[in-house]
Amino acid sequence: MTDQRDSLLGGYRVLDLTDEKGVLCAKILGDLGADVIKVEPPQGDPARDIGPFHHDIPHPEKSLFWFYTNINKRGITLNIETTDGRELFNRLVKTADFIIESFEPGYMDSLGLGYSELERINPRLIMTSITPFGQSGPYAHYKVTDLVGVAMGGMVRLFGEFDRQPNRISAPQFYFFGGLHAAVGSMVALYYRELTGEGQHVDVSCQQAVVLALMLAVEIWDIMKLSYRGTGPVFVSPRPMPAGLLFVRSVFPCKDGHVLLYLQGGAQVGMAKSSATLVKLANEEGMALELKDYDWSQYDGASISQEERSNLENPIADFLLTKTKAELLNAGLERGILIMPVNTIKDAVEGEQLKARDFWVEVEHPELGETITYPGFPIKWTELPPYRPRRPAPLLGEHNPEVYERELGLSRQELVLLKNRGII
Amino acid sequence: MQRKQVFEGIKVADFSVAGTGPQIARELAEHGATVVRVECHRYPDVTRASPPFKDGIPGLDRTAFATAYNANKYGISLDLNMPKGQEVAIRLVRWADLVADSMPPGRMAQWGLDYESCKLLKPDIIYYSTCQMGQKGPLAKSAGYGLFGIAYSGFVNLTGWPDRDPLPLFNNHSDFIAPWYLITTLISALIYRQKTGKGIYLDQSQVETGVTFLGPLILDYIVNERIANRAGNRDPYMAPHSLYPCRGADRWVAITVTNDDEWKALCQVMGEPEWTRDPKFSTQIGRKQNEEELDRLIGDWTKDYPAEQIMAVIQGAGVPCGVVQTAEDVFNDPQLKNREHFRFLEHKVIGRHAYNAPSYRLSKTPNHIWKAAPCLGEDNEYVYKDILGYSDDEIADMLAEGVITTEADAPSKVST
Repeated sequence: MTDQRDSLLGGYRVLDLTDEKGVLCAKILGDLGADVIKVEPPQGDPARDIGPFHHDIPHPEKSLFWFYTNINKRGITLNIETTDGRELFNRLVKTADFIIESFEPGYMDSLGLGYSELERINPRLIMTSITPFGQSGPYAHYKVTDLVGVAMGGMVRLFGEFDRQPNRISAPQFYFFGGLHAAVGSMVALYYRELTGEGQHVDVSCQQAVVLALMLAVEIWDIMKLSYRGTGPVFVSPRPMPAGLLFVRSVFPCKDGHVLLYLQGGAQVGMAKSSATLVKLANEEGMALELKDYDWSQYDGASISQEERSNLENPIADFLLTKTKAELLNAGLERGILIMPVNTIKDAVEGEQLKARDFWVEVEHPELGETITYPGFPIKWTELPPYRPRRPAPLLGEHNPEVYERELGLSRQELVLLKNRGII
Repeated sequence: MQRKQVFEGIKVADFSVAGTGPQIARELAEHGATVVRVECHRYPDVTRASPPFKDGIPGLDRTAFATAYNANKYGISLDLNMPKGQEVAIRLVRWADLVADSMPPGRMAQWGLDYESCKLLKPDIIYYSTCQMGQKGPLAKSAGYGLFGIAYSGFVNLTGWPDRDPLPLFNNHSDFIAPWYLITTLISALIYRQKTGKGIYLDQSQVETGVTFLGPLILDYIVNERIANRAGNRDPYMAPHSLYPCRGADRWVAITVTNDDEWKALCQVMGEPEWTRDPKFSTQIGRKQNEEELDRLIGDWTKDYPAEQIMAVIQGAGVPCGVVQTAEDVFNDPQLKNREHFRFLEHKVIGRHAYNAPSYRLSKTPNHIWKAAPCLGEDNEYVYKDILGYSDDEIADMLAEGVITTEADAPSKVST
């Protein structure tokens, strides 16, 4: 397929049997240049039904979730529950470096397609299984959705207001974490395979991947026996009595949205300088004048009272309301103020930084007659051409002729038979 | 017979700092690579000045923030601001296969340790840089706080409730996405080097890694001009889909229903109270339209039971449901125990404490976590003598000159 010298993983082949649960893994391998063949059941991957949809038209060839997560893959259909299907699958296994699957634990074994069988066909094969909780253990067969998964992983508990239930990020993360970690596990196995010629099985738990993203929550429990919980748009600084808790606001409303601001001082020189500069900016417009002579180097987070803290925050909050996100970003960059807009999705797409890095890529969709802008790959490299999309996500069975006829040598008639019998 | 560890023989000069960068070389160290992490008492890593501290007492070697991402590494103390320190660093680079950088853009160049300099020393070096915005661009020099990065990529605005301000994310989310993209690419680069003999430079923007986890919403904006907003725990396609109160203080369970069968199963588990027969709840569209009332009614049922019990019975009926686990719950989770997710190692100052294992299990080459994260400079003797080949006299000189730093060089106040 791809020339080895053109990309990092050119020349490696991936059979991607995953649905929503593992789809990111093979996307990443494909982004790095691997030849990824998505293997869907004849009726199509259920992930084709996941919204949002192109122009809001729910149709299996218009899912934007599907587009995004299956870019750079070719696509075939195959019913691996049939004898013919398994036979064809085994022929493909001989050509593959990786199989990525996200079925319920035990399913592939029940078809005679578990790792111990496939290893016999291709000892160099790496088989990666992505499931919510891993292949074994008391929760191995538990059912999840994103919310359930991130809750069980301890992530939901980290976000939230004091007076409401904790909350998730309003964009699914659970399976993306599993897929991303599966790419790492697959590559560790590939490195070993390159040294020894031996493949192996990689058993990924999405829950564990999420636990690895809790920053210090588990360490804080381990060392301090405290379970962190979300504290609204403020940081809560726990201080010994008599000072007690201090609420330090970090998210502030501005004229057209919100900004994040570190309004602090003390020994941290950068913080003190930033806060003083922000006050000066406000003073230039006749605002926050009561803070004109405040010495931010004297700010002491350990002793300041909540009232004093509010007296610093409130005039600044009033000033921020008069400015837009863009104005505050520019002022921050020009003057060295520790402030950042809370970008909407639109702001993120239109922001200068990602454009300047050529992060966005254009993907042609011949079936729609249009070109759509996609996020690119988040790493630049030397030596090889930069990341570029090779093809849009496949239509259902789009590459059946290419793979079954040209590669496996089936006749057109045999393809018709397989189609007629519900095998492809 | 003991199998060879996957990355045995791979050598890493780890100049990374803070929370994100160190995770990358950790992954290699946990599969056999030799990783030397370079730190300095005079400008201690931010993680060493931040809690959680053993017994609540601040100290450079007392915090689990500094241990969390550094198991299996060797730690040395070296002042890179001193010319002699830079000389030592160069010897380390000559020894290494990989150089790790997560400094603000430009810092490594000031020390003569940027990719171009390292490549001159060692033409096939693999070198990676990770920072908030990437090495170049109009915002490259902006402050590298993780919270700023997730504000820029859109996560902050998408977390919280539509009628309230957005929420900062405790975990600086993309700090825990970025490392895994980099490890994947890095291993590809190692294989590329084996095949071609060529080194490579990798430049990662942590903001961009965050954006990739919002991909479907990005396309929804680009194609449909829809700007996603935070939605609490609601999902556009499912109801019920929320958290429900349980017995005890601040205890919650997540319940989500994806189809009619699951709805019927949930009704059975609840004992089919009268309201479940109300026709308005009999269809998916009806349940979505009456979501608020539905959530209240389900919550009236869950509040009398422990979250663990609700999870067990609802999962028993085949419906997606899970405890909103606290850190304590996660620490004691029977599934994670079964998977041996937490490994316990004896740290010289902190004592026996927990480390995360990888999320994946390799059937033939399991990872091996054997060495607690180093105290600052803990492995000076081994690294300077056995790895870099300095004599006892040379080491004594470098100590006397302050090139190799000690506790006496640390700032008096380390707590933030």
